[in-house]
Amino acid sequence: MNPILEGLVKALWLLVSLDPEVYSIMFLSLRVSGFAVIIGAALSIPCGATIALRDFRGKRFLMSIINTLMGLPPVVVGLLVYLLLSTSGPLGPFQLLYTPTAMIIAQLIMVIPIITGVTVSAVSAVDKGVREKALSMGATGWQLTVTILREAKIGLLTAVIVSFGAAISEVGAVMIVGGNIRWITRVLTTAIVFETELGEFGIALALGIVLLLLAFVINWVLTQLQWSGLRR
Amino acid sequence: MLVETQGLTKAYEGREVLKDINLTVQEAEFFTVVGPSGSGKTTLLRLIDLLEQPSRGRVIFNGVEVGDSERERHALRRRIGMVFQQTVLLNSSVYDNVAYPLKIRNQTEDTIYRKVQETLELVGLKEFEKRKATTLSGGEMQRVALAQAIIYEPELLLLDEPTVNLDPRNVAIIENVISHVNKNLKMTVIMATHNMLQAEQLADRVAILKEGELAGIGHAEEIFGKPSDFLASFARLNNVFSGVSHVDEGGLAKIDIDGLELEATITRTGKVTLFIRPEDIILSTSPIASSARNTFRGKIIEATDLNRNVQVKVDVGKVFVATITRRSFQEMQLNLGSEVYLTFKASAVHAV
Repeated sequence: MNPILEGLVKALWLLVSLDPEVYSIMFLSLRVSGFAVIIGAALSIPCGATIALRDFRGKRFLMSIINTLMGLPPVVVGLLVYLLLSTSGPLGPFQLLYTPTAMIIAQLIMVIPIITGVTVSAVSAVDKGVREKALSMGATGWQLTVTILREAKIGLLTAVIVSFGAAISEVGAVMIVGGNIRWITRVLTTAIVFETELGEFGIALALGIVLLLLAFVINWVLTQLQWSGLRR
Repeated sequence: MLVETQGLTKAYEGREVLKDINLTVQEAEFFTVVGPSGSGKTTLLRLIDLLEQPSRGRVIFNGVEVGDSERERHALRRRIGMVFQQTVLLNSSVYDNVAYPLKIRNQTEDTIYRKVQETLELVGLKEFEKRKATTLSGGEMQRVALAQAIIYEPELLLLDEPTVNLDPRNVAIIENVISHVNKNLKMTVIMATHNMLQAEQLADRVAILKEGELAGIGHAEEIFGKPSDFLASFARLNNVFSGVSHVDEGGLAKIDIDGLELEATITRTGKVTLFIRPEDIILSTSPIASSARNTFRGKIIEATDLNRNVQVKVDVGKVFVATITRRSFQEMQLNLGSEVYLTFKASAVHAV
């Protein structure tokens, strides 16, 4: 049978047969990338908004750095986090290496610049008039920030979508800090690498399709939110 | 609210756009600032709305000088409403837009609902509450902006060219609402406009801004009664006359303008200010038999080429301006000093 067709059939079978290992891999992928994006958004959206709304010296320089980090190669992040968490590293005593927590940390470092960068541009794109208008109607500093973030809602959801996509599909970082341990730190991407190396192309492809389906479902939900934001 | 400015000056990158403005606007007064674009009207309003800090001088509300602390400026801003020339609305429903100023004041949902209904009714947008604000027409959006500025009943309402580029229906609605809040709710209003007739119709007093400086201030009749060349240059303030009107039994008004008598279909008696559109005046080299009630003989004292038209100034005891096509001007062989007759209908005379 054609390997692609074989992969498709296998993917369907893995999903409908409720294969426990596949589901455990899927949920770990979701958990790791989901946490990384949620924590990342909670940290980066306020940061990005602050950078966008304030004028300070070195703002352009900072933006160049953030824009550069948006393209940070996952393997490099993985290596850095590995060095931090390894027994001889500064965070070695916490014994986090080869745990899902390490994977979340690595992906968090990856998504922070992405969410910050997209937030800065989304917030900057809000009409300056909106700011003055809200100020003129009597908004306090905090109310003003909330109003502007609401206006930038669509851009902020883009930040979440893009960073989630980057996180769930990266392999370099989770491989290095997670170690691809079966039942413990194996996620979809590392499983695909593993099966490919074993020559199990059918399963590898099936897992790839599962990854795509998962990404599609998540994005579909987020896009729905985004469009309801557009229509409102 | 009593508003004063003392020596108010604003410079951007060393260029002064507003120079030493001293004004006092009384409580519940309707005050307009007129001037061509770039004369500093918007800057003046922004300084009074405390959106910007003056380079020099100060703003005083009810006798108390505005300080530098953001806390104090914010508290004062809550007592001022402003309608910007560029309409910006929040990307949400009309209801949410109008409710916004009350929400940030932590009013209860019930109060907000009631007030939004009242205010939308006032600006004639009651059926629009669920519509998305940014899908409205320009005039409707400006009415939403006005509703936002008045819903919290500010003591001072600032309006920056609120009706510019709008159609007559929207202009009328906005003017009515502004008049209403000024007269009935005793809001002090400061409106920037370059529409002279609007200023005269609505305002108690008028200030003229010229290149950032105050070029005149006074009651509307004084300012418009003897228009300066500067005023006329941007206000298209031709053929504006002050006179005394008597309405006869036939309902026709006879208006005496320093000895010149006009007939008009207005119903007002006593002191009036009149306006005749230059394009409503017919020029002829001999008297013409027609139904038009007003004919005067005079001499051409000035002719200005305006592309296809010629603007002709005719002295008939008062100087009238008439606009005729260049072809008519040539075919009638008119020149400076030519003797001509001006003719216009009684219905072409508008009271302002």
